[in-house]
Amino acid sequence: MRAAGHRFAAGRNWLGAYVAAYLVFLYLPVSLIPLFSFNDSIQAAFPLQGFTFAWYGTLVGNSALSGALSNSIVVGVAAAAGATLCGTTVAYMEIYGRSPLAQAVSMISRLPFLIPGVIVGISLLIFVNLLGFGPSRLAIVLGHILVALPTSVLVMRGRFASIPRSMSEAALDLGASDWVTFRRVMLPLSLPAVGSAFMLAFLMSFDEFIVAFFLASTEPTLPLYIWSQLRFPKSLPTVMALGTMILTVSFVIAGLAELLRRRGLSQMTSRPAPAGPFKP
Amino acid sequence: MMAPGTAITFLLILFSLALVVFLAFRVNDGSLLGAGFTLGNFSNVIFDPLNWSVMLRSLAIAGCVTAATVITAFPVAYFLAFHAGRRRGLILFLVTLPFWTSYLLRVFAWKIVLAYNGVLNSALVGSGLLSEPTLAFLNTPTAVVVTLAHAYAPFAILPIYVALDTIPRSLIEAAADLGARPWTTFRRVILPNAMPGVMAAALVVFVPTVGDYVTPALVGGPSSTMIGSMIQAQFGKANDWPFGAALSAAVMLVILTVVLIVRTTDARFGSRA
Repeated sequence: MRAAGHRFAAGRNWLGAYVAAYLVFLYLPVSLIPLFSFNDSIQAAFPLQGFTFAWYGTLVGNSALSGALSNSIVVGVAAAAGATLCGTTVAYMEIYGRSPLAQAVSMISRLPFLIPGVIVGISLLIFVNLLGFGPSRLAIVLGHILVALPTSVLVMRGRFASIPRSMSEAALDLGASDWVTFRRVMLPLSLPAVGSAFMLAFLMSFDEFIVAFFLASTEPTLPLYIWSQLRFPKSLPTVMALGTMILTVSFVIAGLAELLRRRGLSQMTSRPAPAGPFKP
Repeated sequence: MMAPGTAITFLLILFSLALVVFLAFRVNDGSLLGAGFTLGNFSNVIFDPLNWSVMLRSLAIAGCVTAATVITAFPVAYFLAFHAGRRRGLILFLVTLPFWTSYLLRVFAWKIVLAYNGVLNSALVGSGLLSEPTLAFLNTPTAVVVTLAHAYAPFAILPIYVALDTIPRSLIEAAADLGARPWTTFRRVILPNAMPGVMAAALVVFVPTVGDYVTPALVGGPSSTMIGSMIQAQFGKANDWPFGAALSAAVMLVILTVVLIVRTTDARFGSRA
């Protein structure tokens, strides 16, 4: 293996260079949005025309925009709460409930991964029309719970699986009921993951376009507002200024979620090794 | 504790998907659930050459995107699993970060890159490589493939990385000890063991791309209409929900077929999960 490793050394450098190039390619197009949002021209084209904050100024006092923003936040918080609640309980019951129903529910909850957004959108459009309330903020919330559910389940499942079984066994041995074990032992232990799942679900809702596209009434979310502005070439710089702010918020929230998730995991690994047949 | 999950999965997922299938068999009379049963929507899907060409184009574009993403992602996943060392956590984070940013904005970024008076044209004209801007970038199927491949790149790395990372190192050492050259070890040991991850990656890229609406609409132009746009039209301008439901059912059938193919391939390579 060591000799093979030497022969691989040159290849490894090439591979490292490839990965670096890949990362540059991954971020290059998106980095143009902040770049041109400060450019003093209505066109997104080289050469740059000089630095300006003017496009950010156009965002202030825009009532359609602030309406869409508050809509997105309300929908995002509600959907994230719903998705985190469902994701936590589904994952917990899959790992500790051991009933066939819990297994089935967990499998179905990951199904939205395998359905294109357009179809999630139209199926819920039919559903909410059947229920009678039709396209509305509530409809978008339901749609975004579905969109974020698979991720919430996966984050929480990873977390619950990493908690040694001895924890819940000790609680049960000491006479705690299933519910008390969940609320007093397992939930506090997985709180960082709950926070992480909530933030990621909020982000997914906040950025989600196609499902909201089908389920929105007259009150657009932020991505829908951006979509409506894309038709007008002269609002291009405004969209880039808005996009820059959205990207910044997304990066910050995703970074925080990652920190929380890691902190939760490292807390766990610094504990003494679990006894028994538990495998991480 | 089962209540919220059960309600959401059975009502919102299973019931509403069943509604789509039900509606696909109904006659369009303008009412929500149609009137009377028919196979007409499906025969329309199958026998109208226009629908076929859009369906085939969606499959071709999604196939190209899947191949491009998986092939470009594999070396990154390989590096992460075997050579990244202490930088692994950072690179993994950087690779997954775009996943959490707005898909709409990432596609929009490509629109400003490819536009007639956009970034790429102005850069090429400015550097003297082109004498005048070209229309050849935007509104082509190629633009759709490039944009989708870029947007879904992060999806492909993780499953392949997980598959590579869980290959027991003893297998690789055993191959080397038995005299296998690095390339042989890669081809005969690493690649077959990575196949479940590669197939999972192909699946998570293929599914959202085959039904994509945003990218063809923003950078594809009329020559690259995909099935997602057609479904949207049935629930919008065309106002033929049962036909739109039949198109959706057809797409789900295609995805189901792909999932089954992936499962069979997995079984052949022997999943270690």
